[in-house]
Amino acid sequence: MHAFGQILKIETRLYLRDLAAPLITIVLPLLLLTVFGMIPALRESNPDFGDRSFIQYFAPSLLVITLAMAAVNILPTVLATYRERGVLRRLATTPASPAALLAAQLVISLGTILISAVLLIVVGRLAFDVPLPRHPLGFALALVLGTAALLALGLLVAAVAPTNKSAQAIAVPLFMLVMFFGGVYLPRFMLPNFLVRIGDYTPPGVQALLDAWTTDAPRPLHLAIMAVIAVLAGSAAAKLFRWE
Amino acid sequence: MPVIEVTNLHKRYGETVAVDDVSFDVAAGEIFGVLGPNGAGKTTTVECVAGLRVPDGGEVSVLGLDPRRDATRLRQLVGVQLQESQLPDRLRVAEALEMYASFYRDPTDPARLIDELGLGEKRNTPYQKLSGGQKQRLSIALALVGNPKIAILDELTTGLDPQARRDTWGLIERVRERGVTILLVTHFMEEAERLCDRLAVIDKGRVVALDSPTGLVSAVAPEQRIRFRPSAPLDDRLLADLPQVSAVTRSGTQVVVTGTGDVLHAVTSVLARNQIIAADLRLEQATLDDAFVELTGHRPAE
Repeated sequence: MHAFGQILKIETRLYLRDLAAPLITIVLPLLLLTVFGMIPALRESNPDFGDRSFIQYFAPSLLVITLAMAAVNILPTVLATYRERGVLRRLATTPASPAALLAAQLVISLGTILISAVLLIVVGRLAFDVPLPRHPLGFALALVLGTAALLALGLLVAAVAPTNKSAQAIAVPLFMLVMFFGGVYLPRFMLPNFLVRIGDYTPPGVQALLDAWTTDAPRPLHLAIMAVIAVLAGSAAAKLFRWE
Repeated sequence: MPVIEVTNLHKRYGETVAVDDVSFDVAAGEIFGVLGPNGAGKTTTVECVAGLRVPDGGEVSVLGLDPRRDATRLRQLVGVQLQESQLPDRLRVAEALEMYASFYRDPTDPARLIDELGLGEKRNTPYQKLSGGQKQRLSIALALVGNPKIAILDELTTGLDPQARRDTWGLIERVRERGVTILLVTHFMEEAERLCDRLAVIDKGRVVALDSPTGLVSAVAPEQRIRFRPSAPLDDRLLADLPQVSAVTRSGTQVVVTGTGDVLHAVTSVLARNQIIAADLRLEQATLDDAFVELTGHRPAE
């Protein structure tokens, strides 16, 4: 336990030292929320967004930025780099297991996601009339399952990519798909309907987050799909993962 | 009392036999070298000793324990420095050592180890800013921070400049003085000659020789050659009749005497008795390089 605490402490420092990672993962979504929130028109409810304001409609997509960055961008590249450079192998020769390093990385991803979600919810509520999640349990479930699905995909990338370069070659397109279907690049009301439907089932499941945040319980099918993706990708990753 | 016993070790990767049949013992307090050309199976052998790989055949025993079954206990007792294993770029020297120290039940003081290894001024330097020699010293420090009984060091000085290499050798000798048994993998003859008490020369997955460096050399090439220019005419027979001398030849004004044992002493005594001074006297002996070529048929690296 002592060893895990040390690893977590050091890995957290390394994460924070790599300024770009926390900036894009936590600060950027908050900054976008603030910039859009300062525009009065975007705070008025609009039938285009199902009688929500644009800010309310777009907030879950801001959360997708955090999720996509943490789970399918940073996590797989860090792990692949550690494996490529022999960091994991070296740990395997000590009483600490490389699994402790993997666990520390997961804790950091989860911590980042949690911090960003809380910040978006609180700042959105206090400053920009975004309600607290209307269906807290549904929101928590959607966030947990969406996170699990994305982290599992991130681990799968880390499992199959032998090097930093190859991890990025898989992770970057995956990251862009997640961002696109999560409505980050183009707000989803601007997308054709079939792309929006695909987005409903693309991890982390932005529609379920939106439903639970601003209306009511997310649809069970949306959640179930995330759970299935998490289990399938997660077990494939566990099967394929190599320490060296 | 051996602390490492390897008996008929065999390891395959698919169809490729990496280690065919390797046996050796390492005594407590010894610096034992595993020497061989690239691809001979050196690294695989020590990886089996370190418990990183499962042998396909044979026995490995480390401090009386099985590297796979008793892995948890052995990891407390064996420090391993792997070939080409790096650290995260932004990790600082002191952080790396403190983190590794936290893995062990009875670690050495990281701050003292940092000073001992001459990294005191670099304690807050990130890994990526260290020179090759400093990275290597940090890597050795990580292998020692747990106060191991055995240190396994793979390709210790590959990629270091000659000065850094010599510094590292001095360091290893100091580590041995603390009572640590060292299993050293190398393909540098000079390193093996300088550091190792005994050597196993491995070629194509087999031990082809096992002896002290001088033992290896004299077993393979016992002959010594003496060259000099005599200050006065010299009758070759004076030397040729010596029991230690096997041949006397001339090369221009030079006399070349070949022989074994204390041939040098015998020759110089004869010369002194006859009041002949040997100018430009040179003694040529086979080196570990020669022994290595003889044993493996490979040119050693560098």
